[in-house]
Amino acid sequence: MTMVDPELAARVLECALERGGDLGELYVEDRRGFALSLDDGKVERPQAGTERGASVRVVRGDASYFGHVDGLGEDGLLRVAASVAQAVRSDVTASRPLGPSRPAAGHPVAQRPEDVDAASKAALLRSCDDRARAAGDEVIQVTVGYAEGRRRVEIYNSDGLAASDDRTRTRLTTQVVARRSGAGDGPRVETGSDTRGGHAGFELFAEDAEAVAESAARKALTLLEAVDAPTGRLPVVVGNGFGGVLLHEAVGHGLESDAVQKRASVYAGRLGDQLAQPGVTAYDDGRREGEWGSDGIDDEGTPTQRTTVIEDGRLVSYLYDLIRARADGVESTGNGRRESFRHLPMPRMTNTYFAPGEATPEELIAGVGRGLYAVSFGGGQVEPATGDFVFGISEGYLIEDGKVTAPVRGATLVGNGIEALAAVDGIAGDLHIATGYCGKGGQQVPAGVGQPHVRIRELTVGGTAQ
Amino acid sequence: MTLEDLAQAGVEAALAAGASDAEGWCEESVSREIRVYNGAVESLSDAGGRGIGIRAFLEGRSGYAYGTDLGEQGIRALGAAAHASAAISDPDEHAGLPAEFGVTPVPGLESAEMAEWTTERKIELALAVERAARSREGISQVEQAVFSDEESSAAIANSRGFSAAYSASQAWAYASAFAGEGDDLMTGIGIDLGRHPGELDPDAIGAEAADRALALKGARQPESRRCPVVLDAFVAASFAGFIGSMLSADAVQRGRSLFAGREGEVVAEPSFVLVDDGRDPGGPGSAPFDGEGSATRRTPLIDGGRLAGYLYDARTARKDGRSSTANAGRRSYRTPPVVGTTNLLIEPGDATLDELLAQAGDGLYVTDVAGLHSGVNPVSGTFSVGATGRLIAGGELGRPVREITIASDLVGMLRAVAAIGSESRWVPLAGSVKAVPLLIGEMAVSGS
Repeated sequence: MTMVDPELAARVLECALERGGDLGELYVEDRRGFALSLDDGKVERPQAGTERGASVRVVRGDASYFGHVDGLGEDGLLRVAASVAQAVRSDVTASRPLGPSRPAAGHPVAQRPEDVDAASKAALLRSCDDRARAAGDEVIQVTVGYAEGRRRVEIYNSDGLAASDDRTRTRLTTQVVARRSGAGDGPRVETGSDTRGGHAGFELFAEDAEAVAESAARKALTLLEAVDAPTGRLPVVVGNGFGGVLLHEAVGHGLESDAVQKRASVYAGRLGDQLAQPGVTAYDDGRREGEWGSDGIDDEGTPTQRTTVIEDGRLVSYLYDLIRARADGVESTGNGRRESFRHLPMPRMTNTYFAPGEATPEELIAGVGRGLYAVSFGGGQVEPATGDFVFGISEGYLIEDGKVTAPVRGATLVGNGIEALAAVDGIAGDLHIATGYCGKGGQQVPAGVGQPHVRIRELTVGGTAQ
Repeated sequence: MTLEDLAQAGVEAALAAGASDAEGWCEESVSREIRVYNGAVESLSDAGGRGIGIRAFLEGRSGYAYGTDLGEQGIRALGAAAHASAAISDPDEHAGLPAEFGVTPVPGLESAEMAEWTTERKIELALAVERAARSREGISQVEQAVFSDEESSAAIANSRGFSAAYSASQAWAYASAFAGEGDDLMTGIGIDLGRHPGELDPDAIGAEAADRALALKGARQPESRRCPVVLDAFVAASFAGFIGSMLSADAVQRGRSLFAGREGEVVAEPSFVLVDDGRDPGGPGSAPFDGEGSATRRTPLIDGGRLAGYLYDARTARKDGRSSTANAGRRSYRTPPVVGTTNLLIEPGDATLDELLAQAGDGLYVTDVAGLHSGVNPVSGTFSVGATGRLIAGGELGRPVREITIASDLVGMLRAVAAIGSESRWVPLAGSVKAVPLLIGEMAVSGS
């Protein structure tokens, strides 16, 4: 049973293409979500949401015409289609009858989160709070957040596509503040956080979900011992999991084909070039089972896939949605994503990561005389057009004589994506993918960021040490 | 049914489900966004949205539900969901509706001239922005030029008998321009806003984007140094926005702010004044009432160098034994109110930008910072953020620089403010801030 009758979908497309166009599309969505948090020992901010709506897009040449409406009533759908059609002037109409509706190969959900009673979710938050507080007396604040969401989408287009996907995501986050009363220059206060999430159900939290809380507490407590970060150009070993945000920001965004085609990316015109040492391979993989950034199909109905973007150091592919793929005469790589029915799709990463190598993390660290071990980042920012990036290190350590020594605070990594990629000189085998939200053009989408431990020969570290 | 009727229906639905107190917030908006590229329309979006959020209270417990189904059954289901979610939260003696409600008239929130602007004219405006940027010599490309506007209405109703509504209009345009090619490429943005498209100056927006990019052309990483730093209005606005978020009583009460327990302390140079003003007619964050029905007002935050107060909603105010400052913000009907800034204003000083540069002598002029939210420790205030800009040599702008970080701590920086610029402007990049350039006596700048 579809949310919109295929016969109505066909009429909406016909109406949208009344004044022509190369592609007409109807995107239908039902979104349900629930979120709950715990702060200061209290369960608070329960929120439940239910939204339904649709959008209509007509593509003509390089232009997209778009409109959306809340609700799925026939009148509303036809009205938005007619209003989009008003804006289009074209003598082309290529419309094919809709094919049979094709549900996407979904990701398994063992325990539907909406079937778990709210009290169990509250209990999970409380046990995370207990575990974090048990980590040490200096833990003074614990915040735990739980969120679940289900998005059912249907996509119809004038190429005859009729596809659907049913997406469930769950996520648990913990943030811990630790405080030590200091002598002299006042108290030290530090924070640590960790997250577990996926394109999966509540089963994700069946096994030791509280480990997330313990890890967040450990990070905050460790930072209480931190010394000021050094400043200068240093070798950097970047941790697995969330360390992959460096690849996401400094390389991945530059491979999104909208930026490439506008030559707003340092990677434009570099296809086939050796950008990294042999042995360095990276993927964008939207079909990796249960992973946070995975879907069955993208938000234009293209099945998700694993795309090799860097193969043995060579740049081999960009990331495409339908319209940018057409401009380059290639197939979409299944990267046409959107935040909701209220947004136009654009090329976005799914789960982006470095393929595992042969080394161990210890070997990578042992090869550094004096450097920095960046375990995790608090966030980062990149200018895709130049590749310049900045990352705040949320958990980092000094490396001295091949060994990890004191934790550091206040360190920032500054550099350029293309230079950093060329400077990758070691990759470990311990691949892990973490859960992030990626913002672009005002849209937030879940994106998996990951990698094994990676060593970069030299990066600028902006520290706080005098 | 009007929006106020719908909000009232939300209140009744939650009360019928068993809530002891309830509030309905209903919104409706129509918006357009036009992106142009290379002299042609790249995308044209027309969006209409309508939804409701219901807050239910149950003897100190609170819950929230939102949705797009505004039919009788839909609202009834949301009222029940809000009540059910309240039942699982822990009681909070301070939770609840505000003690007082009200409306502050804000003239000119809505412009009738909006109606005179056809889609064709708006496309023309976006194209004019692009042309203005591209016509500057040395601009290699205008990556995007965007026009966007919105007409929105919001209504609130609650179980204490208060209800009110307002409408507002807003138009923005911005451009992102590139100067140089390949490894030497640098970018710049230009932006302006108003209550209707006629208040936007397309030539000025395009020229600003181009000038900001051209000023950075050929930027290189400089050597590390400690020196005076001039923050331009965009950068000063970014810092002010971050400081504003740290002045939320919620962040303070939860021990997540460097300003906790420092009311009345000297936290800035005496001439530095920071105010939150929810009724400034020009401010994009202005409204007659906040997200829970408190009348908006002007709240001094840093005055005479001292921390003058925090931003409160009803709950945090009750906890501190104060009155709400009407800072219960609503991002949309999809989120319950949270404490936030309305419009932040840095009070202008009397120095022109040239005077600030002259006073700096040899230093750094920063035109962009990156990574503010990851690079600042909110509790200690220490920060290290990425920056681009120009060196200042002999009191004048020198060579462009990139790949640097500037480091200090927020209070240390505010106390080192050596002069305050006179040229103020709205910077609607992250929140709404009316900012001026600032000269900071000394900061650590790290490069190579």
